[in-house]
Amino acid sequence: MIDALAAMLANADFWSAVLRVATPLVLGTLGVLLCERAGVLNLGIEGIMVAGAFTGWLAVHAGASLWIGVLVAAATGAAFGLLHGVLTVSLALSQHVAGLGITMFASSVAYYAYRVSFPNVSTPPTIQPFVEMRWLELPVLSAQTPLTLLALALVPVVAWILNRTPLGLAVRMVGENPAAAEGQGLSVFAVRMGSIIAGSALMGVAGAFLTLSAFNAFFFNMVNGRGWICVALVVFASWRPGKALAGALLFAFFDAMQLRLQQADVGGLPYQAWLMLPYVLSIVALIAVARRASYPQALMKPYRKGER
Amino acid sequence: MRLEARGAISPAMAVAAPLAAVAFTLVVAALFVAWAGAPVGRTYALIFEGGFGSRFAWSETLTRATPLVLTGLAAAIAFRARLYNVGAEGQLYAGALAAVAVGGLHGGTGFGLPPAVLFPAMLAAAALAGAVLMALPAIAKTRFGVDEVVTTLLLNFIVLLVVSMMLDGPMKDPTAMGWPQSVALQDELQLAKLVERTRVHTGLLIALALAGLAWGVLRLTTFGFEVRAVGANARAARFAGVPVTRTILAVALASGAVAGLAGAIEVAGRTGYVTLDMSPGYGYTGIVIAMLAGLNPLGVVAAAVFVAGVLVGADSMSRAVAVPTYIADVIVAVALLSMLAATVAARYRLRLR
Repeated sequence: MIDALAAMLANADFWSAVLRVATPLVLGTLGVLLCERAGVLNLGIEGIMVAGAFTGWLAVHAGASLWIGVLVAAATGAAFGLLHGVLTVSLALSQHVAGLGITMFASSVAYYAYRVSFPNVSTPPTIQPFVEMRWLELPVLSAQTPLTLLALALVPVVAWILNRTPLGLAVRMVGENPAAAEGQGLSVFAVRMGSIIAGSALMGVAGAFLTLSAFNAFFFNMVNGRGWICVALVVFASWRPGKALAGALLFAFFDAMQLRLQQADVGGLPYQAWLMLPYVLSIVALIAVARRASYPQALMKPYRKGER
Repeated sequence: MRLEARGAISPAMAVAAPLAAVAFTLVVAALFVAWAGAPVGRTYALIFEGGFGSRFAWSETLTRATPLVLTGLAAAIAFRARLYNVGAEGQLYAGALAAVAVGGLHGGTGFGLPPAVLFPAMLAAAALAGAVLMALPAIAKTRFGVDEVVTTLLLNFIVLLVVSMMLDGPMKDPTAMGWPQSVALQDELQLAKLVERTRVHTGLLIALALAGLAWGVLRLTTFGFEVRAVGANARAARFAGVPVTRTILAVALASGAVAGLAGAIEVAGRTGYVTLDMSPGYGYTGIVIAMLAGLNPLGVVAAAVFVAGVLVGADSMSRAVAVPTYIADVIVAVALLSMLAATVAARYRLRLR
């Protein structure tokens, strides 16, 4: 058992897998983080990832380039983000229920559209996905696709925007004390709307990573709870981009590990027990950090101008 | 643009808002149908016929509505106290496993107990399994402040893997030729058919009775009042002396138990054994039903029949015209979102300044 673990940790392929598993989580977590720092929970992520995975793949399948596919996925995410914004910011509806509604809507539309576009296929049509960046000639990174690089690069960018720019200050202020932000002449509506749209676009790209890089086709249930895991990771990361990256990597580490141990049949456990590990870990992490979690103060509190 | 509270909700508005939401849903879904290249009117007629157009259609719709009433109740009860239990899917499967554990294992001897004892024991085990599964997120919420939505959602995935593990291992039906299904429930424990030559079973009556009970408890008892108080404003409720934590925990157990019962009743009334696809998302659809019903337990019954009719109707429609069955999920999701928006329209006036 120890030998098997040591061999696994010494293997560069394992660390490549960790980074690959982490990529959609990094993108999704950054997306959730942007929404929540502005005070809006976005449980639409699970469905937005499905929709992004589908539209990005569909665009490429129809002949667009891979990067256009990524843009299409981002635009899809942004569109559902706009809808979520209208429901939660303009209409001040329950963010829990609206988010679940978006997830149901986005995923059912994606599945419907897939069936309309490909009524009679038994095996999902494939595309030529992003290729590994062999030219980098670095140990773990050259086994990744450009989308992973994009995800990693976005972490410091989002951190910088949130912590060092007036725009980021506005986002954080709206998420902590919208009434005070409004008093400073900021439009809570515009800032929240912008954050949700930008965050949801990232969720769309997170989904597209699955169809344009990790796999080469669109499958049913391919997102499989990754969106919910991102929501948990944001709490675990106490709403900080750097920690979000660390959390996603840690999580991916365990996920990649369970896959290896499952294949090696270590301990004679049924494979389902290994598959459970990521979900169990997410719950454990949530409970572990809950006591010292510093939620954005206005999270889940709709803001109505002139109402106290 | 701003929202301005209306003084009181006029009765006309209370009726008009949901109707407008339904009309809007039909228009949006019509666009999707047209996109698939099918005639809209005929598609809708086929859905309606398949869901409500004949004796057979009604029997299938009521069969499908039975678990949906229960998962809808599970969501409605919890959401009333602003406890967002979205784990009914997992709780349903946990209840189904518990039902088979009591009424199917031990070589079918059922501990040598008569069905009159075993049947209530089976339902109790299912309710308990659902309640226990919901207790964990509820305690995490009340003790540590962990958001229950994420924990209940994640638990759904865990439970499904446990089910898969059980169907591969201790609960595997050895006679199923490698097909992943559990051992079957004893014949004596299966629910009787309500109408001959249909699949409607007496589980429907249990579901209806529970809806009535939930309505009575929420409406007429002190506990029900406390639940509504906690949901309306937990801080004010605590100030007024309502035991908030205890109320939330009790609601969680009740909600989980009802969802667990849904699993047992599906097994005893329809399938006879547990499979990995015995619920096509009944737990999630229950959330929509609860919202469509405005969290009213009696409204849940009507909403469940409506949604079940759409699901059943879409199935039979897609055999006749080239519209994927996923149109049902689109209709249900759009209905949820537009109903949410309609509640705002009923309570607030939109001022474009």
